[in-house]
Amino acid sequence: MPTDTDQSFIELSARQRARKLLDDGTFRELLGPFERVMSPWLEPQGIVPQADDGMVVAKGQINGQPAVVVAIEGSFQGGSMGEVSGAKMAAALELAAEDNRNGIPTQAVLLLETGGVRLQEANLGLAAIADIHAAIVDLRRYTPVIGVVAGTVGCFGGMSIAAALCSYLIVTREARLGLNGPQVIEQEAGIDEYDSRDRPFIWSMTGGEVRYHSGFVDALVKDSLNEVKDSVLSFIKAGVPATHRSDNYDYYLPKLTGFDTAQQANREVTEALFNREDRA
Amino acid sequence: MSNVANNAASRGDYWFAELTKDATPVNGLCPSVKAADGKLNDQPVRFIAVVPDKNNQYPRAAGGEVGLLEGWNLAKVVNDVIDADANAITKRAIVAVIDVPSQAYGRREEAFGIHQALAGAAGAYAKARLAGHPVVGLIVGKAMSGAFLAHGYQANKLIAFKNNGVMIHAMGKESAARITLRSVDALEKLAATIPPMAYDIENYATLGLLSQLLDIADPDKATPDDISNVQNVVWQNIQDARKEGVSLSNRLGAENRASSQRVRQLMRQEW
Repeated sequence: MPTDTDQSFIELSARQRARKLLDDGTFRELLGPFERVMSPWLEPQGIVPQADDGMVVAKGQINGQPAVVVAIEGSFQGGSMGEVSGAKMAAALELAAEDNRNGIPTQAVLLLETGGVRLQEANLGLAAIADIHAAIVDLRRYTPVIGVVAGTVGCFGGMSIAAALCSYLIVTREARLGLNGPQVIEQEAGIDEYDSRDRPFIWSMTGGEVRYHSGFVDALVKDSLNEVKDSVLSFIKAGVPATHRSDNYDYYLPKLTGFDTAQQANREVTEALFNREDRA
Repeated sequence: MSNVANNAASRGDYWFAELTKDATPVNGLCPSVKAADGKLNDQPVRFIAVVPDKNNQYPRAAGGEVGLLEGWNLAKVVNDVIDADANAITKRAIVAVIDVPSQAYGRREEAFGIHQALAGAAGAYAKARLAGHPVVGLIVGKAMSGAFLAHGYQANKLIAFKNNGVMIHAMGKESAARITLRSVDALEKLAATIPPMAYDIENYATLGLLSQLLDIADPDKATPDDISNVQNVVWQNIQDARKEGVSLSNRLGAENRASSQRVRQLMRQEW
């Protein structure tokens, strides 16, 4: 039910999103902007760095349990992953896994608004993303790692793989989730394959709603702080899933090999192929 | 002169063939993912490669790209090792032979969740490493972006050939130039002074992510000495991985990746 206390989630900054997801009064930021741990690679390229490198790591509690929320600020360099921002997320996940091994049940929520690797830090961004993948797979053995893609940047590149490794994924209708950005696909494969200016088409491929109906995410919520928070809580309560989606090759492979690739994909084809109902 | 060189679909295919001459092929995979169970110094090893398949069911992945079938088949072939060795005291080593020009770009690929297929592969390699399987990535050609994340970047140890045909990068030059609103010329000038942007393997090596850079005179026409050299180095890295444990912390420590280390130290203090 909408209440007076509800508000848009998408309109919040990364820091506000993290604060609002944690229990009141428990938010504590690590490596915050005042510590000025910034990218060493941007200034030599004439780009103004940001004091937190566009990554917010907040410790606190969710439902009274220890938690870390890691939130990417999509408005800085398109939420791109550089060496420092990437290391902040990786380190947070690594420490959360270590906590769990030491008997502290630290939970993790990742707010993923990112175009992927920051091309100005190219190979160090890619390496950081590999570290993030490693850390998610480690941590999700102990506690669900919950990803949220709300909007408006979307979640692309190597970070879409990170999203796909999460135990649970929550999206809004405004979200987009895909490996390759529309412009890159158009450039590599041609406009007949992918028209990067056709927004309804792009949402019919990678938008939150189609991702939900074809089972690539676990929850579709309104752009509402309360709905996002309730959804996070429900997945924390659900615990570690019996099978992670990324291990479900037995489900995906027969679907993909059985598909006649003389056909091109569209929304209907995708939803028929990966019908939520037959996933169970 | 090797017959294999003439028949190989790619440099990765060639090295996979050279390393698996006496190995038993794993059946039931798509043609673009090859796996075989062989031995190094009498210890069992599963070798895995992604190779071109010009008749690929998904044509956007015909050139050795990692696409939907490749990602999920990698996931399967790695998970099979984990399951088979679940109760084994010594976990079998896995060697990823890496020559992947890119992920597949296409409409079907996005619609059918190529990000999820690649997560299947990356997740499987990470699980194998965490379960105690030494995972070694042997980079003989290209290791690009999402394709490398899916096939190799989760390895305990990365070995690369020192050769112009070897390239590890987040994005090809032309695309990177366009997206960063620079000319290819300007990009190359920047890459000369900004090591993580560079396209050559020597600069990549300064990031500390490789355990070894190997000189092979002609990686497309290896001598018997080259082959045994590679086998020895892979063997040594498998041994080192067994000693060093399951994390990727051995990749931290290079001066050109100092911030990655510093962030971790500060985070730990404040945690």
